[in-house]
Amino acid sequence: MNIQTKLSGDRTGLAPTRRDLVVGAVVTGSALLVGCSPMDLLNLGAKKLDFGAFGPFIKIGADGAVTVISKHIEFGQGTHAGLAAIVAEELDADWSTVKVEQSAADIKVYGNLLMGAQGTGGSTAIANSWMQLRKAGAGARAMFVNAAAAKWAVPAAEINIKSGVVSHPSGKSATFADLLADAGKITPPAEPVLKDPKTFTLIGTQAVRRKDSKVKSDGTAVYTQDIHLPNMLTAMVAHAPLFGAKVKSFDDSEALKVKGVVKVFKISSGVAVVAENTWAAKKGRDALKVTWDDAKAEKRSTAQIVEEYKKISTAREGSKPFDVRGDVATGFSGDLTNFGFDFPYLSHASMEPLNCVAQVDGQKVKLTYGCQGTTMDQTAVGMALGVLPGAVEIETLFAGGSFGRRASPSAEYVVECALIAKKIGGFRPVKLVWDREDDMTGGRYRPMVRHDLAIKVGADGYPAAWRHTVVTQSVMKGVPVPQGKFDASAVEGALGSPYLKATPVVDCHVALVDSAVPVLWWRSVGATHTAFVMEHVIDQLAAKAKIDPVDYRRALYKKAGADRHLAVLELAVAKSGWGSALPAGTARGIAVHESFGSVVAQVAEVTMKDGEPRVGRVVCAVDCGIAISPDQVAAQMEGGIVYGLSAALYGAITLKDGAVEQRNFDGYRVLRHNEAPSVETYIVASGANPTGAGEPGTPVIAPAVANALLVLTGKPTASLPFVKA
Amino acid sequence: MSIALEINGKTLQVEAEADTPLLWVLRDELKMTGSKFGCGIAQCGACTVHADGQPIRSCSTPIAALAGVKITTIEGLGGKHALQAAWVKHDVPQCGYCQSGQIMAAAALLAKTPRPTDADIDAAMTGNVCRCGTYQRIRAAIKDAAATLSA
Repeated sequence: MNIQTKLSGDRTGLAPTRRDLVVGAVVTGSALLVGCSPMDLLNLGAKKLDFGAFGPFIKIGADGAVTVISKHIEFGQGTHAGLAAIVAEELDADWSTVKVEQSAADIKVYGNLLMGAQGTGGSTAIANSWMQLRKAGAGARAMFVNAAAAKWAVPAAEINIKSGVVSHPSGKSATFADLLADAGKITPPAEPVLKDPKTFTLIGTQAVRRKDSKVKSDGTAVYTQDIHLPNMLTAMVAHAPLFGAKVKSFDDSEALKVKGVVKVFKISSGVAVVAENTWAAKKGRDALKVTWDDAKAEKRSTAQIVEEYKKISTAREGSKPFDVRGDVATGFSGDLTNFGFDFPYLSHASMEPLNCVAQVDGQKVKLTYGCQGTTMDQTAVGMALGVLPGAVEIETLFAGGSFGRRASPSAEYVVECALIAKKIGGFRPVKLVWDREDDMTGGRYRPMVRHDLAIKVGADGYPAAWRHTVVTQSVMKGVPVPQGKFDASAVEGALGSPYLKATPVVDCHVALVDSAVPVLWWRSVGATHTAFVMEHVIDQLAAKAKIDPVDYRRALYKKAGADRHLAVLELAVAKSGWGSALPAGTARGIAVHESFGSVVAQVAEVTMKDGEPRVGRVVCAVDCGIAISPDQVAAQMEGGIVYGLSAALYGAITLKDGAVEQRNFDGYRVLRHNEAPSVETYIVASGANPTGAGEPGTPVIAPAVANALLVLTGKPTASLPFVKA
Repeated sequence: MSIALEINGKTLQVEAEADTPLLWVLRDELKMTGSKFGCGIAQCGACTVHADGQPIRSCSTPIAALAGVKITTIEGLGGKHALQAAWVKHDVPQCGYCQSGQIMAAAALLAKTPRPTDADIDAAMTGNVCRCGTYQRIRAAIKDAAATLSA
């Protein structure tokens, strides 16, 4: 399945696509700049990029070595290797010498074709680049073929290329280096001939490995935190203790006494302390006295919000339908089976806390950092500084994780850094450092969510009518949603579920509520909660019907025509030994979920240890179309499972009178070595275009564990995390 | 204060406030940025270095406590440790930010326990968080490196 179809297909007339929303986000930011197309508008002020003969994605050095330009950030997901392999395959380059470089910011040249803006997210890096980079590679290949054909006076069709060596059956042979000058003069075909995927020699093999493992194992990989520019200052900001509070006044007399502190001043998000080094900035901030105006701040505690969500859900207050079909008026008569679920706020908690380096001198702006939401950041910074968005130059570095956090429509931490650098002026570099406490208490959480379901079970044991209400905050707040549409990411995964498709009467609503607590997409977005609800409900319905949960799913997938779900289910069942005996005290649970165009099934083996669930083995089956790097797809399943399991077991950001109670890893428990499962990944053989890999592994593990616990303890799970603080 | 620190076999004279954590002296003063800042309270292990061979959290160790102590950082391994080769072989890193600390914790483990069991690995590595979830590859790489070193 093509991801574009997936992203927009089920939602026609109901919900905007990701593309609408991202374009909406950046266009709104630039609302003052009118009179041209969104793309032109967002590119205003951009320098014309200067790239070589092989176009914006390929550079070939005098030594013949190929460098692939990545328009997507590498923050762990293996994108650099995958993108480079697409080019190397079509170009028949020598993979062992292929290098990767990060692109500049330029929406027109390096825009994400599934988002309409430049940026990395939604597990789209490979999917949106697939045809673009195949064409780039094939075009460059044609240039070498034609150069050799002319030089050797032979038909182009007789030329072969293998590992960067161009040859002819007559025995003539040349390297890319030998032919570089001639090839560079040839115009590539407008529509170069692409390989038949069946003839791929690199893609899909174990040869496609990461290019950055060495620099990430010897300490030389450069992250934002590692940037030291001449004359650079380091800034930390005293942020409000409550969401929505503002600076009333501050006393900087003690802060300015700290050796190394250079300047203290107020900015829109708090009070900035600028110093000669990080430790001085931190001590200066500690010495600062700020009085806050919290008149409009969030002051509720978590328990209150949970109760309010329940009330809104029961009354369906302000809700909108997202899937309503069949005879709703009479379909729910008789006995109903009810379920309710509560999900907490979650922090992304990437290993590298948020940070940025900015240099500003009037209209000249340069940002150096792990940039994820490129166009959004350019637009937000442009608006804050009064600079055209395209003129905001960005050098993108590796980032120490993100999981969605670094792509923030308000770009609050990037803007914060830019405002401080503007005040310092003179293009003097300023590194903004958020410490762990800033990062964890700074909001942009996975929203809290309440789900309520009332299901009428038919005589056959399967759902006959499905009523479902979701209450949450929208991660698209502030983004204009086209008339009659709503933020589909709040319910994606329930919306489009094969279980709903297989149910004749469906009545699903979502209520999007407001709060001063800022929320954001968190690895796998809506699926973080919808997968849990759909999959855990299915096992409870199967248990009630006394049908094996695998058989129960098989029947529903057949009814819904969900062939890919069925295929990953069968693969996971076969590889896990579903139904075979386990040691006493261990139980298996299964879950299947589609997100970002990929379908994942997981079987988790769970025991209880010291009163907490412990996951041993996980068997994971994934259909992500053509897997460019099977090893990195496996790595994303392994990592996605750990990320999802960590949140399911322990993750919760809670508020007490509005203040975030977790400030660091001592309060926000995360999964550690001794708690990590052993994951086996199996990839469904596919000839379809690639779909997502970074996110789809994440949401499936929590319901698989809940379903195992249902077997092990007989008790369903009605709220996460499993382990309460 | 002015203090002489022995880092990776060299004696380096450093000017910094006495309460400055070693991590910030390494990163901001000496520009040795391989050791990472993750939490600042010895909860994540990204800043792990060796002090006289023992793994310590440099984010929470003031330099005043380190006179005469032999410090080894990720840079001190020179990219030549068997663990580093194993890390590349298994493509352990994802974002990579925690990996210097993981490798330093693992190096201290192997120096003391050349053939670690799973329980030894759990005990030595549990203080090192990886949010990308590379734990199973780290475990495999430690065992691989241990086999190489013992061969």
